[in-house]
Amino acid sequence: MPILEIKDLEKKYTNSVQALKNVTLNINKGELFALLGPNGAGKTTLIGIVCGTVRKTGGTIMVDGHDAESNWRAVRQLIGYVPQELTLNPFDTVWDTLFYQRGFYGRPRNDALLEKILKDLSLWDKRRSMIRELSGGMKRRVLIGKALTNEPRILFLDEPSAGVDVELRKGMWDFVGKLKTEGVTVVLTTHYLEEAELLADRIGIIREGELAFVEEKQALLHRFGEKTLTLFLEKPIDTIPPSLKGFDLILSENKKNLIYHYSKGQTNVTDLLKNLHSERIFYQNMETATSSLEDIFLQLIEKKGETQKITNL
Amino acid sequence: MNWIGLKMIIWKELQRTRQVFLQAVLSPFLSTFLYFIVFGTAIGSQIGTVSGVSYGQFIVPGMMAMAIVMNSVLAASSGIYFLRFMGTINDLLTAPLSYIEIVLGFSIASAARTSLISALIYLTALLFVPLPIAHPFWFFFFLFGSAMGFSFFGLLLGIWAKDFEQLSFVPTIIITPLSFLGGVFYSLTMLPPLWQKLTLINPLFYLVDALRYSLLGISSTSLTISILFILVLWIVPLILLRKIFLSGYKIRN
Repeated sequence: MPILEIKDLEKKYTNSVQALKNVTLNINKGELFALLGPNGAGKTTLIGIVCGTVRKTGGTIMVDGHDAESNWRAVRQLIGYVPQELTLNPFDTVWDTLFYQRGFYGRPRNDALLEKILKDLSLWDKRRSMIRELSGGMKRRVLIGKALTNEPRILFLDEPSAGVDVELRKGMWDFVGKLKTEGVTVVLTTHYLEEAELLADRIGIIREGELAFVEEKQALLHRFGEKTLTLFLEKPIDTIPPSLKGFDLILSENKKNLIYHYSKGQTNVTDLLKNLHSERIFYQNMETATSSLEDIFLQLIEKKGETQKITNL
Repeated sequence: MNWIGLKMIIWKELQRTRQVFLQAVLSPFLSTFLYFIVFGTAIGSQIGTVSGVSYGQFIVPGMMAMAIVMNSVLAASSGIYFLRFMGTINDLLTAPLSYIEIVLGFSIASAARTSLISALIYLTALLFVPLPIAHPFWFFFFLFGSAMGFSFFGLLLGIWAKDFEQLSFVPTIIITPLSFLGGVFYSLTMLPPLWQKLTLINPLFYLVDALRYSLLGISSTSLTISILFILVLWIVPLILLRKIFLSGYKIRN
C-alpha cells in the first residue's frame, strides 16, 4: 500500500527552467526507495516539494491518504527531512538542535526519545557540544537525528553520505537499515550507487526532470545486469576462429584473453567452452564478473531517447 | 494552531537573546545613562521645563521609542535573516507551522526582548527623575503594539535583505535619522514652522508622542492618529508577510 502518491508533479521555475516534468511515483509503506540521477536531474527538487521547501507548479501529492495541499499539517507531521547541505545553527548545542525541532512539529517534550535518538546515532556524549565543535560526519548525524525527532513515518534523505568517510557511511547504512526494520519508509537520493545497491528495495532513475525508470532493485539488476566471462588463454591466438564468431568474443590486445559478455538469462557458456575445446584453444583460468548498479545506471542515463517510462507498479 | 511550535520559536529566539544577554542589557543601560548625563543633567539644567515637565522627564519616552524601533527591527530582521543565511529556515518550512505562527513567533520574541530593554531604560531613568506612568493601559498598548509592529517590519527587512549590508542599511540610513528627528529631544512647539510640518510627516513622531502622552500625560498631537499609526504598522507588514510566505519569495524555491 502506498504511503506516498505523487501524480503528474511539475516544477517550472520563473526563468522557464522545467525542473520536473509530470513525475508520477508511488512509494510503498515500509520500503526503502533510492532515487538516482545525475546532478541537476531534479532529485532534490522532487524531495523539496514533498517536504515543503520547494513550491510545485502542478500535480498532486498524497501522504498516507492526506492531500499535501489541503491537509498540509497532517502531511508534515508524517515526514522527516534530511537535507543535502549541513544546515545547522553552529551556536546551538546538539541537544537543543533536536529539542527545538521536535517543538516546531508541535510535539510535546520527550527527553527519553531524544536520548534514544542521540544514543542510536552515537551522539549522546556530544549532546552538550555546540554544533560548530563537531566534525562533518557528526553534523550529518545530527541532521538525521533532527529529522527523527517528530517520529516520522517517511524519511527523506537527500545525499546522506555526501562528504562522509567510509566507516561512518557504513554506520549510517546500518542505521538506515534499522529504521526500515522499525517500519519507517525511507526515500534516499544518492550518488553512491553502492549505497542504493546495498540498501534499496526499489530504484527510480530521474533524468532531466523526468522519471525514466522505476523498478525493483533485483529485477533491475537481473534485467539490465550483464555478466562478463574472461578466459585467460594458455597460448596467445592471432584471431578468433570462424566457428566462434557467433559468440561475439573480444580478443584482448595482448592476444592472451578472450572476453565474452552475456546477459544473466543466457545459458550458452557451455557451448562456448565446448567450441573452444574443439578448436584446441585451452585456457589456464577464467573469471566472471557481474555488472553493478553503477554500470546499469550509466548505461541507462546514457540511453537518451530510449526512455522506458514505467509508472509505478 | 500549532501552539507548541509557536512557543518553541519564541523560546528559541529568546535563547538567542540570552546568549548575548550582557550586550542586550548593558547597551541600553549605558546609553540611557549617557543620555541623562549629557542631555538630562548638562543641557537639561539650562532648558528648565518643557510642556510642564523637566527636560530629563521629557526625553525618557523618546529614548524608549528609539530603543523600541531599533531593537524590534534589529532583533526580528537578524533572527530571520540568520535562518536564511544558515539554511535553517527549512526547519520551519518543513514543520507544520503556518505563516502566522512563524511571524508571531519571531515578533513576540522580538517584542519581549524590546520590552525588557524598555523596562531597563525606564528603571535607569528612575535613577535620575521621577516617572509615574500617567496612562498605564495606553503605555503598555503603545509599547507592545509598536514593538510588535516594528518587529513585523523587521521580518520584512530580514527576508528582503540580500546580504549583511542591506540588513544594516535600513536601520542606519532610515530609522536612526527618523528617530532623531521624531521629537525625541525637543517639543514640536520648539521648532520653526517648516520643521514642524516636516516632523508631522515623520511616522516615528507619532510613536514618541504617544509614549509621551501615556507616560507623562503631555501630547503634541491627537491620540487617534497615534493609534492609527500602530494599526497601519501592523496591517501593512502583515499583509506583505502573508504574500511573501504564500509566494515563497526569497524563502522557498
